[in-house]
Amino acid sequence: MGTKARNACLKFEMADKRIPPSEITPLQIYRERRRFIGAAGALALSGLLPAAASAQGLPGRKSALSTLEPPTPRDDIVNYGNFLEFASDKFGHVERSQAMAVRPWTVTVDGLVAKPRRFAIEDLLRLPLEERIYRHRCVEGWSMVVPWVGFPLASLLKQVEPLGSAKYVEFVSHADPAIMPNVRRQLLDWPYLEGLRLDEALHPLTLLAVGLYGEVLPKSNGAPLRLVVPWKYGYKSAKSVVAIRLVEREPRTIWMKGVPEEYGFYANVNPAVDHPRWSQKRERRIGEFFKRDTLPFNGYADQVAQLYAGMDLRKSF
Amino acid sequence: MPISDRQLAAVKAALFLLCLVPLARLGWDAWRNALGPNPIEAIQRGLGLWTLNLLVITLCVTPLRRLSGWAWLVRLRRMLGLYAFFYAALHFANYLWLDQFFDWNEIGRDILKRPFITVGFAAFVLLLPLAATSNRHALRRLGGRRWQALHRSIYPIAILAVIHYWWLVKRDVATPALYAIAVLALLGLRALWRDRERREQLAGKYAPQQPPRVRGRIIPIVSQRK
Repeated sequence: MGTKARNACLKFEMADKRIPPSEITPLQIYRERRRFIGAAGALALSGLLPAAASAQGLPGRKSALSTLEPPTPRDDIVNYGNFLEFASDKFGHVERSQAMAVRPWTVTVDGLVAKPRRFAIEDLLRLPLEERIYRHRCVEGWSMVVPWVGFPLASLLKQVEPLGSAKYVEFVSHADPAIMPNVRRQLLDWPYLEGLRLDEALHPLTLLAVGLYGEVLPKSNGAPLRLVVPWKYGYKSAKSVVAIRLVEREPRTIWMKGVPEEYGFYANVNPAVDHPRWSQKRERRIGEFFKRDTLPFNGYADQVAQLYAGMDLRKSF
Repeated sequence: MPISDRQLAAVKAALFLLCLVPLARLGWDAWRNALGPNPIEAIQRGLGLWTLNLLVITLCVTPLRRLSGWAWLVRLRRMLGLYAFFYAALHFANYLWLDQFFDWNEIGRDILKRPFITVGFAAFVLLLPLAATSNRHALRRLGGRRWQALHRSIYPIAILAVIHYWWLVKRDVATPALYAIAVLALLGLRALWRDRERREQLAGKYAPQQPPRVRGRIIPIVSQRK
């Protein structure tokens, strides 16, 4: 700061003795307050898009693991998808999920670990965050390119020190019948439960996402924290995770319990293995007119195929 | 409640336009880009749902006519049935064109290997002769009894259409179940009536002095050949 400027500041400070420093709102809080007012205004104006209103900046460092494909528009990612607790179609969850309180939020990480822990979401948001632009392929045959913000699941698991006996990881999602119609109806055996083999969970591609498009994760996409496993069908990537448990035996996931003949434990994207009711050879990328070919492991074969060496992927679907 | 020919013409014109509303809405939404992130799926769902709606509405005509006594209702049935076929044809065309983009290999495999597509395709194929024989000319050529027998295939068609929908959904069958209930109720009502008429006729046969009280058509149960 130049002398002249400093003098001007001093002069200003001396001249304005009436306002003690403690009364001055810190910049951070001021900004958040502005944002809150703006968000509240936007919320009042556009009741239809509340997901967009509460957005908060959450940048992530660029990652070499990101795809170079152009991301799907944010509106499409936020307003289209499956969040089965809230709705059975692709849209109903957007508005209904706004009733979900994402603060306070804790994630319990326990089971076969040396140091079981309960993480507050605020602690997790302080971890070094990365932007990971991943392809996302739904088992129903549509796909997107999603710029997640998050951190590798491995960095969380290392903090709790998995024991040698831990072979699998279980993910449990939030389930609240009061706000989730399909939980109330017992459409599936809630809470949503998914699982990975430990080596899959520790794979550098496996992400815990807390953000989207450089902002805090919208509720309709599984706020405040969700799993992202880009080489598997979307249903493996559990939303709104509240517990992570390390276990010895292969978890029976919610879909394996619900429809065992259609949804297996591995759920690796595989154009050669059809869903019993439809082909998985091609997919419709949201925003594109023509269907495109589905790639083995959703295009991540180079990174993950060796995890399944020697396995019959037709049987372990 | 009998109505004049002019009134019937007005009802028909109104119904004709009403049946175009779902298509117009889809077109309008497509035009202003309001079909959501997956417009082709939205079109396919919309056309399929309206095929099913119109099948159910067509099946409502006869029960409504019998319950209300409004004989003229039957004169709306052809238009409703043809609209069901119209939406089914658009649904199928959309599958061939926008969804599969004329990938005949994939389409052939779908029809043979995917039960829900097999069933939907079968329902569409069964609709073809009904649409083709919907005119007065065909009715005269076939003769009333044969024509009616052919057009009763709308019953299995409606059932196939519901199965097609049921097998498509991933988990939540609540909406397909509603259609199943509607179709089963409409077919069940017919079975019930038919059975009652049969019994009334039988009763009439053994008590000829009391002619059976029958509203609507009489279904012969005794062989015509003597």
